[in-house]
Amino acid sequence: MTAAPPTTRGIPVDDVSGQSVAALPIKQRVGVGSWLSIALAVFVGLVLIELLIFNDNWNWDLVFSYLFSQVILTGLLNTIVLTVLTTVLGLILGVFTAWCRMSRLVVLRTFALLYIWLMRAMPPLVMLLLVFFWGALVPRLGIGIPFLPPIFEVPTNELISRFSAAIIGLAIYLGAYSAEIIRGGVLSLQSGQFEACRALGLPPRLAYQKILGPQLIRVITPSMANEVITIFKSTSLVSVIGYTELLTTVQTIYARNFETIPLLTVAVIWYLVLTSLAMVGQSRLEKRFGRGFARRSTKKMTSVQATATTGTANVGH
Amino acid sequence: MSATENETLLRLVHVSKHFGDLKAVDDVSLDIEAGSVTCIVGPSGSGKSTLLRTVNMMESLDGGAIFLRGQMIGHELRRGHRVPVKAAVARRQTLNFGMVFQHFNLFPNYTALENVAAGPMLVRRTNKKTAHGAARRYLEQVGLGDRADHYPSELSGGQQQRVAIARALAMEPQILLFDEPTSALDPELVNEVLAVMRGLADAGSTMLVVTHEMRFAEEVADEIVMMDAGRVVERGAPAQIIHTPSTPRARKFFASVGTLAPSEAR
Repeated sequence: MTAAPPTTRGIPVDDVSGQSVAALPIKQRVGVGSWLSIALAVFVGLVLIELLIFNDNWNWDLVFSYLFSQVILTGLLNTIVLTVLTTVLGLILGVFTAWCRMSRLVVLRTFALLYIWLMRAMPPLVMLLLVFFWGALVPRLGIGIPFLPPIFEVPTNELISRFSAAIIGLAIYLGAYSAEIIRGGVLSLQSGQFEACRALGLPPRLAYQKILGPQLIRVITPSMANEVITIFKSTSLVSVIGYTELLTTVQTIYARNFETIPLLTVAVIWYLVLTSLAMVGQSRLEKRFGRGFARRSTKKMTSVQATATTGTANVGH
Repeated sequence: MSATENETLLRLVHVSKHFGDLKAVDDVSLDIEAGSVTCIVGPSGSGKSTLLRTVNMMESLDGGAIFLRGQMIGHELRRGHRVPVKAAVARRQTLNFGMVFQHFNLFPNYTALENVAAGPMLVRRTNKKTAHGAARRYLEQVGLGDRADHYPSELSGGQQQRVAIARALAMEPQILLFDEPTSALDPELVNEVLAVMRGLADAGSTMLVVTHEMRFAEEVADEIVMMDAGRVVERGAPAQIIHTPSTPRARKFFASVGTLAPSEAR
């Protein structure tokens, strides 16, 4: 009968070849940092629970009673409609402006630059008011040559409603900003991509549509998502011209019942929902247009990789 | 792609290109016969790549003219002067040339197959099935039939360059232009690309190759053109120009790339 070999921490001391050590499983190291970070998480969690649940001033019952109420949902719908229309119009304007900004023709370049310059200088609030009160400046809008009788004209106030002023005001704002984002994206593309398109004889429109555009979208998506999310919060500015969207609705309610915090919470919850939706969309776009850039790790790939080094040129005639 | 011997396919007449004060290409005249392989060699900055890029209108000309089968390309005549052709015409004319770049310039968001099929589908309006079938054949021709569904980032440099060659071939150009196709490659990957190019040359393709690979130039080229400071210094049959160059500038260059013993440099 032989005595068991002496061990330290369960590892035989006479394990010269290292076999039994090598057989031991490897686990995550748990150090002081791990414990501290867990403690921090627990602390923050408790603070949030105390703030959100054990604080009666939130008046959650009131929040939930308003969250899906008719007035709030109408305001929310207005916000969404305004955001969607503004975004579509603004992006079309942005693409067109970016195209002008990079044009061969100096006149187009200058117009684009002036437009961007003006919009950057202008606070969106001023923009909205200017568009809404455009009728005071130009009573009748028409098509024609300056100083000559117009071919066609309508009273400005028939064209500009609270709704259309809100959309126009925000869209021309987004147009200028997105134009610069798009131009930045174009600048970030490798010049070789343009040359390869030219060498294949691709007309510029097709090249952008099929090859450069998708690469562009990948690059500009994060900044564009920022702009679009900013826009749907900027829709709250339209209260100055009397259009009622989510935040205006909430404000009119708490002006009556003085439940400021619960009603603002209602608005915040809906803004959080909308932002989450926008961010899901952003992540989808990034995945969709990130193809070829992210490493794939499928089974098929690894088996192919194994034979990759043996591949030699096999030229047919 | 083979054609009758001794037919001049491409003719460069007094071609010049300036960048500010720098004469990148200075009065270069060159005839390229159908089915021939011409290698352009010379020190870096000598204007080789610029010359190649003027051929397919990547660079505009400051002087001279380029003719394809006797027809001037890139410009059209007006009363007493010439103007650049319209963009659509220029695009149609570039279709005569297939370009292979130093840095491949594959479309990173397209797979190898899609890269090769993109030109025929988008420019020639070939339907997807035909274009993909042809693309697969071109990929097999360059030895990459099994890499069709890989993105460029998943391929080695040599494989990417072979896809780029397949992409150029897919447009069925009359002349292939290679702009230092192996200069961006690791040494052990150079040969797989040169092997593909050798195959194309054997099959009778007309090729204009800017290269630093002297062995390739010597074995494959019908003519070697040596450039320096934007000008053609010397041109002739490979063996003659590489081993017995007549001008001092050419002797110095070939000594520096090792085809000539240093003692013969002067």
